[in-house]
Amino acid sequence: MWRDALVVGGKDLRVELQSRVTTTQVAPYAILVLLLFGFAFDQDHAVLTKTAAGLFWVAVLLCSLLAVQRSYAIEAVDGARDGLRLSGLDPAGIFIGKAVAVAVQLVVLEVLLGLGVVILFGTKLHDPALLILSALCATVGLAAAGTVYGMIASGLRVRETLLPLLILPVVAPVLLGATQSWMAALGTSSTDGWKWLSLLGSFAVIYVAAGILSFSTLVEES
Amino acid sequence: MDPVIRFRSAVALAGNFPVLAGVDLDVTRGEVVLVRGSNGAGKTSLLRACAGLLRVVAGEAEVLGSDLVRDQRAVRRRVGLLGHATALYDELSARDNIRFALRAAGAPVGAAGPAMEQLGLDGRLAGTRVASLSAGQRRRVALAILVARNPELWLLDEPHAGLDADYRDLLDGFIAGAARAGSTVLLASHEADRAGPLATTVVTVGGGVVTGVSAGPPAGPAGAGSAGAGSAGAGIEPEVAGHVA
Repeated sequence: MWRDALVVGGKDLRVELQSRVTTTQVAPYAILVLLLFGFAFDQDHAVLTKTAAGLFWVAVLLCSLLAVQRSYAIEAVDGARDGLRLSGLDPAGIFIGKAVAVAVQLVVLEVLLGLGVVILFGTKLHDPALLILSALCATVGLAAAGTVYGMIASGLRVRETLLPLLILPVVAPVLLGATQSWMAALGTSSTDGWKWLSLLGSFAVIYVAAGILSFSTLVEES
Repeated sequence: MDPVIRFRSAVALAGNFPVLAGVDLDVTRGEVVLVRGSNGAGKTSLLRACAGLLRVVAGEAEVLGSDLVRDQRAVRRRVGLLGHATALYDELSARDNIRFALRAAGAPVGAAGPAMEQLGLDGRLAGTRVASLSAGQRRRVALAILVARNPELWLLDEPHAGLDADYRDLLDGFIAGAARAGSTVLLASHEADRAGPLATTVVTVGGGVVTGVSAGPPAGPAGAGSAGAGSAGAGIEPEVAGHVA
């Protein structure tokens, strides 16, 4: 399973490196979203600082939709998905490989967006450990859930429009947990961020397990 | 005789439509089987079922000793399918596509070099993105993967399509060589004049069933006597939309 995950994840990342879609399209889109949030709340900088965590994670969520759609778009061309099935790869390995590739892209975007939040919104860091751990758990959760639902939608003609409808309700707990946890880490809320981190961790574990268990059926039936 | 394919009343569905409607077929090791039939007869579906890509829902279906009714995935690493689609990634180079396919299939990556050389994909073409290659060149990359993998069962769907005369000859050599080396080849083609001389057995399909089996190269037009349509040397068949190809 791990060997297959490495093969699939390496391929997906190599495709992204060659196409540069993440760096030339998704990253500018993410920065643009942050800028628009900045314009919308420009009148009240205090509100901007207080809501920075939520705005950051909404931007990440939108980017994750693009990353997941892209991950399956490359399999939809010229029978590539049949090639993947025919190679006899372990479906759990395919799931982990694709989820890891999405997660790596999200981490890169989060670093970029994090810099944007600091520069544009003037946020300050109070608990770096909580911030980093929350980001990692939320990223794993988003990537795992996105990969599962991306596979479900991939066999449908309306996949581009259906995918957000499927994913967004499911990852709402991630958005909530990551926002609350980051608000605590940024010192804009007195809530206990570590409790929210445990929710994020649980969500990540559940979706990784669900993906590993269900992907065999999804690969064959979707 | 070592059985490679054994189908008994095998039924496979695409949606609710029976693309294979009770196929009976026996193929033994080392055979080169030409599958003939008109458009929509079930040639592509038969090949996909043999590859474990199309689920057999009723009857019996064994390929290389694996029961496809129980587990359609078991046989996949032992077969190679060259279909209408090349299953390549546009953004990757020819070399990277071949290496990925070999790694994914658990085959030695070292086999990529000789296969690329045989198919004229060394040099400049090796590092060229597949999106920039012509249809014929893409076909050669897909063929290089098959040659490098050297599967026990070759499933070829209109394999000559898109290749120029030299590479068609080379492909014929690969097919003959694979059979000599003990592999089995199932070859769906409308080009009876091209594929016929390679065949040790000719299977005619129509309406999702096998309607005739004969030994040796075919004498008449493709699908004659049962499936009807098609003619020898009819050329490249366009991809057929829908559930039967």
